[in-house]
Amino acid sequence: MHFAFSLAVKAGDILIPVAITGGLALFFGGVLAVVAKFFEIPLSEKQTRVREMLPGANCGACGYTGCDGYAAALANDGVPTGLCPVGGAPLSASLAEFLGVEAQSVEQRVACVMCNGTSEHTRTRYEYQGIPDCVTASMMFAGPWACTYGCLGLGTCVQACPYGALSVVDGVAIVDNAKCTACELCVAACPKKLISMIPMREASYQVKCRNLTSGAETRKICTVGCIGCSRCVKACGDDAIHLDGGPLALIDQDKCTACGKCKAVCPTNSIHSWGTDVGAAPAEAPVAAGVAQ
Amino acid sequence: MKALLVILLTSILVDNFVLSKFLGICPFLGVSKNLNTAMGMSVAVIFVMLLSTAITWPIHTFVLVPLGVGFLVTLVFILSIAALVQFVETILKKAMPPLYKALGIYLPLITTNCAVLGVTILNIDQKYDFLQSMFNSLGVGVGFMLALFLFAGVRSRVDKADVPKFLKGLPITLIAASLVSLSFFGFKGMIEKLFG
Repeated sequence: MHFAFSLAVKAGDILIPVAITGGLALFFGGVLAVVAKFFEIPLSEKQTRVREMLPGANCGACGYTGCDGYAAALANDGVPTGLCPVGGAPLSASLAEFLGVEAQSVEQRVACVMCNGTSEHTRTRYEYQGIPDCVTASMMFAGPWACTYGCLGLGTCVQACPYGALSVVDGVAIVDNAKCTACELCVAACPKKLISMIPMREASYQVKCRNLTSGAETRKICTVGCIGCSRCVKACGDDAIHLDGGPLALIDQDKCTACGKCKAVCPTNSIHSWGTDVGAAPAEAPVAAGVAQ
Repeated sequence: MKALLVILLTSILVDNFVLSKFLGICPFLGVSKNLNTAMGMSVAVIFVMLLSTAITWPIHTFVLVPLGVGFLVTLVFILSIAALVQFVETILKKAMPPLYKALGIYLPLITTNCAVLGVTILNIDQKYDFLQSMFNSLGVGVGFMLALFLFAGVRSRVDKADVPKFLKGLPITLIAASLVSLSFFGFKGMIEKLFG
């Protein structure tokens, strides 16, 4: 009898809280359901259509929270149509046609890893055996490579890329231009800030180095690093190359006419070129190498 | 009236939630980067704190206590606050789009904020009556706003300072936060001197 009695009390102890919590949850749920029904805001058909036209990658490169956010802004606030790098110019045109606004030209851009220090050109200072992740490795004396500005080659950008456009070849990440959608997720992921967005043109020239140490120092650790000799600066007829903030040449893509003179004079072959018609990886093109010396 | 003023000042300065009780640290560090986000967040926090207190105090007093299940406060309060915020958000979206836009993303973010749950539970622990609870919540919210604004100012200075590389980012932010927190020790005993 005693046992049954205590059991009954215990059951009540449990049932009352359960009933209260459950009852409150049911009550709140009911209220929320009713409120949601009464205060429903129907999405405009325009917005729904715009959302369907967007690629749905939700990468956030447009500056909105995702494709839903951009669709809402397009439909309601009349923002420019060319903000989506994934859809590019065709999307901008079709959006403009649908919304009845002027199409905004989009310069297609691709990511470019500004390092060419593969294992044949530079070396490691120690053997890194930690987690295969660039951020982690960069915490260990700025990474295992002799050049502390260079690509760590552990593929943090590869993991960040939702389109599979990046791969690591011999210690340096390279971008597949055909797959790159310019979402800039890799730019944010790289702990060395090595990835830049460059315009997708028929021909493009890049100083694939971000080493800011002196030329002599750079020469010791990498055979393809920019040593800041400023030969390209003098060779450039368009005033597009400058040594800003250290012995490192940077090409102003707005002024560059892709004449190729800089690449021809570069003594360390740190200037690289590629063409969109190549499609895949940046062309190694050692054509100008003989001219260099 | 004096008691209410004491509660208000105490919760703003002496028992500042962020700087003395270390509740709501996540938004404190997360949205104090500039004054605009700090403003949006703190207004939303004050709003939600007042509303939550207005609903959780009656629930505690008229439902939980009479039924002898006071131990359910945490569970029931989380449930009520989450439902309430959802409820308010749905209504605001339709009825007051400008306010909804102003509070923006901050409203749903606060749903699971420990400062909001903290103030409702502490109101109960302190055995405040309804009016006192409301004043306490207002004070806590204003104190949160004060902390956020002060810290946004500190951070804008830290951003311009030449911080050693190993302290850049979160480390120096945490150090700055602890210094700001330390400065609030200065208010200890102030209320007793003024009103006691």
